[in-house]
Amino acid sequence: MTFELSHFTAAVVFAACASTVFGITQRNTTREMLRYGAYCFALFVGGVIVAAWAMWLLKH
Amino acid sequence: MANVQNTTAAGAGAAKSPTATNSPMAIVAPLLGWLLPGLGHFIQRRWIRGLLLMLAVFIMFFAGLGMQGKVYAFNTGDLLDILGFVGDIGTGLLYFVARVMDWGAGNIQRAVSDYGTKYIVVAGLLNIISAVDAYHIATGKKQ
Repeated sequence: MTFELSHFTAAVVFAACASTVFGITQRNTTREMLRYGAYCFALFVGGVIVAAWAMWLLKH
Repeated sequence: MANVQNTTAAGAGAAKSPTATNSPMAIVAPLLGWLLPGLGHFIQRRWIRGLLLMLAVFIMFFAGLGMQGKVYAFNTGDLLDILGFVGDIGTGLLYFVARVMDWGAGNIQRAVSDYGTKYIVVAGLLNIISAVDAYHIATGKKQ
């Protein structure tokens, strides 16, 4: 079974899985886990978008 | 800074209770957590955490295989391959199943294949973090 993910989709799936693990393992309470997981996810995806725009600006 | 103080305080608390660190669960939980992602949490009745960790590692591992990522062999003599193997072996039984089934041959002709390789390595690294978390729960450092 093979499938093709776009670069952005692959980055979002990566961010979701990594953020889930980071949130659960790095915080103690459920509320803190949710907040930290969301924070990590936003940083992952935000970093991807910033890097994408930076590369676009470098190209043009 | 506050996190460092909390960690230090928790570490000192754990050091005062040698029974927690010497309990069989402190060995069994991380070992099972490594073998099968989430199992270290399941045996300590952290059902939802265990399920989420299991899903995260499984999705990354099988998505990596689906993107035709490479599963590293034990020793190819290349330092980077050895590091990749160390990451891959973190997935525990999934790694051995992949090797036995001859999955993860890799495909350098596809750009996404390299993403798949990284997915598999990171799945292993995330599973190691999960196993360490199971150990912390077993020793009472974490609830």
